[in-house]
Amino acid sequence: MIRLEKRPSPSRFWAAATPVLAVIATMIAGGILFAALGKNPFEAIRTIFWDPLFHESFAAYSRPQLLVKAGPLILIAIGLSMGFRAGIWNIGAEGQYIMGAIFGAGAGLAFYPSESFLIFPLMVVAGAVGGWAWAMIPAVLKTKFGTNEILVSLMLVYVAENILASVSSGLLQNPDGMGFPGSRNFGQWPAAANTEIFVNSGMHWGVVTAFIVVIFAYVMLTRHILGFQIRLTGESPRAARFAGVNPTRLILICLGLSGALAGMAGLFEVSGPAGQISIDFGSGYGFTAIIVAFLGRLNPIGILLAGLLMALTYIGGELAQLMLGLPSAAIQLFQGMLLFFLLAMDVLSNYRIRIGKTEVA
Amino acid sequence: MDLSSINPVFLIASLMVAATPILLAALGEMVVEKAGVLNLGVEGMMITGAVCGFIVAVESGSPTLGFICAALGGALLSLLFGVLTQFLLSNQVATGLGLTLFGLGLSALMGQGYIGIKAPEVFRLDIPVISDIPVLGPILFSHDLMVYLSLALVAGVWAGLKYTRAGMILRAVGENHDAAHALGYKVVRIRLMAIAFGGACAGLGGAYLSLIRVPQWTEGMTAGAGWIALALVVFASWKAGRVLLGAYLFGGITVLQLNLQAAGVAIPVEYLSMSPYLITIIVLVIISADKSRAALNAPASLGRSFHASN
Repeated sequence: MIRLEKRPSPSRFWAAATPVLAVIATMIAGGILFAALGKNPFEAIRTIFWDPLFHESFAAYSRPQLLVKAGPLILIAIGLSMGFRAGIWNIGAEGQYIMGAIFGAGAGLAFYPSESFLIFPLMVVAGAVGGWAWAMIPAVLKTKFGTNEILVSLMLVYVAENILASVSSGLLQNPDGMGFPGSRNFGQWPAAANTEIFVNSGMHWGVVTAFIVVIFAYVMLTRHILGFQIRLTGESPRAARFAGVNPTRLILICLGLSGALAGMAGLFEVSGPAGQISIDFGSGYGFTAIIVAFLGRLNPIGILLAGLLMALTYIGGELAQLMLGLPSAAIQLFQGMLLFFLLAMDVLSNYRIRIGKTEVA
Repeated sequence: MDLSSINPVFLIASLMVAATPILLAALGEMVVEKAGVLNLGVEGMMITGAVCGFIVAVESGSPTLGFICAALGGALLSLLFGVLTQFLLSNQVATGLGLTLFGLGLSALMGQGYIGIKAPEVFRLDIPVISDIPVLGPILFSHDLMVYLSLALVAGVWAGLKYTRAGMILRAVGENHDAAHALGYKVVRIRLMAIAFGGACAGLGGAYLSLIRVPQWTEGMTAGAGWIALALVVFASWKAGRVLLGAYLFGGITVLQLNLQAAGVAIPVEYLSMSPYLITIIVLVIISADKSRAALNAPASLGRSFHASN
């Protein structure tokens, strides 16, 4: 008989090993899936995980894309992981990402066509404020009325999507756009453009911010009292209360922080890779970042690696779509599977598996 | 703007149709939560049901078969959640989120050959004399069978939870799984059955969307209906009758805003279409503001993993 025996504390070895195992298991299950779709599984896996980095003709294009896609994922996931650790579930990052982009773009466009060097920093701040404000709605409702933050933050995603549709053909529409929906293109306005810092590296300001945030988050979690309080609340809410942690303050900080980071990610995206506010701006980064946060074990360094890996599956998925005719939804499924395998294997780090009879106590 | 084009009788008849998907999903989720499990994957199970039902109905030409397969598909997907949370003791919130993401991807993949096809016609109750009664006819006697089935399910769940032995065991497991275990009830097995029931209901709700309400398959067509169903359970404070009330209230808002859009009211379309979500939030706030009541009704073991120490 197989039994589970709770470990006194989670195994560090398995905590590190499970993401790797989950990736391998996903590759195997994904291979079976691709085979079922009538594609060569080995070729599909190679196209997704290897070719974006090392293919002689595509890699030059797709390598920079790795950072472009990983940047927002890491930025959002770091914010989310703080809350997840403390048991505060912000799953509306997609909405905060959209609102950050709208706020930031709006703040910038208000000064069009100024060439001041202050425009871009202003937009970044406005983007962070936009995401923060959108996340404050569930935060305040939770602290004031005890409303479930999961449902409120998610409902606000749909509200944000409608606001996006509204402003892209209204308030922020390009007056010179001949009636097409969508804002002015930031790529053609140097003062507001989020340009690559090194040409052809994919390294734009958002990626740099993401790396800085990873370092800050790491220091905060391991060295700062706030990080200690977050970890304590997640591991034992009761102990946290005795230790004098103010849960209201923690909810406001965690949700606000994740909202601000998601908002910044949205702003960097709209002023850089996306280029403009348009109806289809929302790209699902806010949801994929949830997978990234878990895959990275809610640990900043882990999230950095997980973000890069997830970006790889995005790019590899596009490549597989192009070269093998693999449907784009297959990649979405692939990412979902990854999260499932990871959650399933978590049992190894929290429990010991015992085979054999129960001893008589 | 022409508000006179909105016919109240037709409005009530169509709100019942609009409410049925979330009513079905919310009922299922209520049973799951009564057993002490929080499954946030309703959206994923709904959309999987929607695509399963649609594919089977198109291929076989039988909507009935479609609904059955939708329920099976939803239940099967929910068992994935069940195995993860009940046997492998994973975090229910995270697993439920994962189920939604997984279901969205799975449905998009399964349904890609079926975009733009029309679903086969569904049998509709149309009794010559009774269905022609003014006012009552269109409201009560002219719907498809699923509407009546959903109403029967409300009564069934209400009575089942309140009066049957199985219902009481289920509630006991949800209130205190350790005590239920000590009494010899199989906590994990009961929870798995509840989860599968919730999945089947969500699948039916999804299929109702793709086969009757829309009736077409589009990617991501549930558009948050599963999350609204989750909110509805909280709104209803875990009572079947109130789930019905909430679902019809919500259906009414949805239909009314669609009618207002069609009537050309001066409010921009985007603001009208975000109104159901905003109203859900407002209702949630009102419900949760009354702390004593919310705490009284929520199953005490909701969302906690059960691990028998021996």
